[in-house]
Amino acid sequence: MKQTRFIDLVPHIVLIVGVLIFAYPIYVTLIGSTWDSATIGRGGLPLWPGGQGAANYAQAWAGEAGERAIYTPVRTMMLNSLVMALSIAVGKIAISILSAYAVAFFRFPLRMAFFWLIFITLMLPVEVRIIPTYKVVADLGLINTYAGLAIPLIASATATLLFRQFFLTIPDELLEAAKIDGAGPVRFFIDVLLPLSRTNIAALFVILFIYGWNQYLWPLLVTSSGDMETIVTGITKMIGTGESANDWHLIMATTVLAMLPPVAVVVLMQRWFVKGLVDSEK
Amino acid sequence: MQRRVTFDNRLLPYLLLAPQVAVTLVFFIWPAANAIWQSVHLQDAFGLRSEFVWFENFTHVLGDPNYLDTLKVTVVFSIAVTVLAMGVALLLAVLADSKIKGARAYKTLLIWPYALAPAVAAVLWIFIFNPDIGSFGKGLRALGYDWDYRLNGGQALVMVILAASWKQVSYNFIFFLAGLQAIPRSVMEAAGIDGAGPVRRFWTITFPLLSPTTFFLLVVDVVYAFFETFGTIHALTQGGPGKATETLIFRVYQDGVVNNDLGGSSAQSVILMVIVIALTAVQFRFVERKVHYS
Repeated sequence: MKQTRFIDLVPHIVLIVGVLIFAYPIYVTLIGSTWDSATIGRGGLPLWPGGQGAANYAQAWAGEAGERAIYTPVRTMMLNSLVMALSIAVGKIAISILSAYAVAFFRFPLRMAFFWLIFITLMLPVEVRIIPTYKVVADLGLINTYAGLAIPLIASATATLLFRQFFLTIPDELLEAAKIDGAGPVRFFIDVLLPLSRTNIAALFVILFIYGWNQYLWPLLVTSSGDMETIVTGITKMIGTGESANDWHLIMATTVLAMLPPVAVVVLMQRWFVKGLVDSEK
Repeated sequence: MQRRVTFDNRLLPYLLLAPQVAVTLVFFIWPAANAIWQSVHLQDAFGLRSEFVWFENFTHVLGDPNYLDTLKVTVVFSIAVTVLAMGVALLLAVLADSKIKGARAYKTLLIWPYALAPAVAAVLWIFIFNPDIGSFGKGLRALGYDWDYRLNGGQALVMVILAASWKQVSYNFIFFLAGLQAIPRSVMEAAGIDGAGPVRRFWTITFPLLSPTTFFLLVVDVVYAFFETFGTIHALTQGGPGKATETLIFRVYQDGVVNNDLGGSSAQSVILMVIVIALTAVQFRFVERKVHYS
């Protein structure tokens, strides 16, 4: 047996410190969500769980009034975030796969013009055009609606580029064989292309779901009523200016619930997620 | 650019493109054009008439010392976030990629923060560093250090930099790891046989071979620091105290939404657009070159 030298332990020590730096805030939040607001407000949060967990989560979930204020129930905010994230993910995938199909498998006038039109959206992140986009959404009467939350975010050049790139790798022989068998473009898309794209769709879905769930600036602008609040913007509204006299126990429970869906998706679908991320960004 | 064999259909491709083109025109092109139009016009107080003013809004914005301060904050913030996020991620990725026990577990434990929203990352940092309730915040005060990022601008900037970098490390880690795994083992082993130590091997072989990844992440992180950190700053400091943590994007929001200054905010939006276009162009030029040589 080779003797373990200290130098061999250094990588482990560094990695463990790294893991702890990322895990510690989560641990504190988990623990905090099981104590009462007074204990947290005093700054005397212990390192072990308290007995208030069930009560805190139930209170946050149902949105019963805290000691200081009334909040939008977490179940409402979670539902809004879920609808937004799913609409963005499904919507983006649907419109991108169709447009990529058109650009890759058809020859038609203005093909490249359309391609560039889609491509240019890469350069216009929502943050850059917030106020005029807000105006468009307001003029269309979409403020405080799910459509207003999701549709302006579903056009994406990255997803289209990813699908197009994948479509270009499909051998011509496959298309010729399908044509000989009498399959039209719609048949070919449904019976051949969609099944082949399954992995890409899954990988993209994971990333887009997280992207949608984590939206902040846009929901902040287009929702003004409590029943349309998404959970990420909802938390910061609960915190306000960060006084010690906050309902910290409810805020922490809400934060845990806000992290749960995207973290679960990443951990459970790690392989797909890493593949999707690395493929779609390159 | 295109396949040899294609379908012949006159109408179908346009129908397939229609949804994406419609969304792009309505929510991207039209608002962007609007921002550009607004940026060269001045509206009267009632929004009834607007006058073409050439670049007056721009000279006004760029001549405002407050705007230049904001620009300085943005530059400091972006550089700090990029360097920190990339440095830490590279260190962790190199270690997790080496042949050590539990590498898989380390990877999983370092990847998951990707799932957190920038605003949620900020909230977690409040739980730790708030001077009243946070363990570290209270600890710093107990040590006699006057810690309160809500009052001290420098401390506020440090807070948003750390929270924003903390959130971005996992993203960089994923890409550095993918980059490292693409380096052939034989190259490293040959260098090992030649007697190069691990540190030397890193700087002469690994680091140069990683340069495409590094460059890609550089652009992504700058874009992240410019735009996506809006949530971090909004949740943590609201741009304050004073304007100590106000970045360009935060100011667009502040001027356009809170102060309702359309011309000024549009001019700022156009400036930001130019920055994004420049960054994207740089990135694509580079990607093209990489494709050429690999």
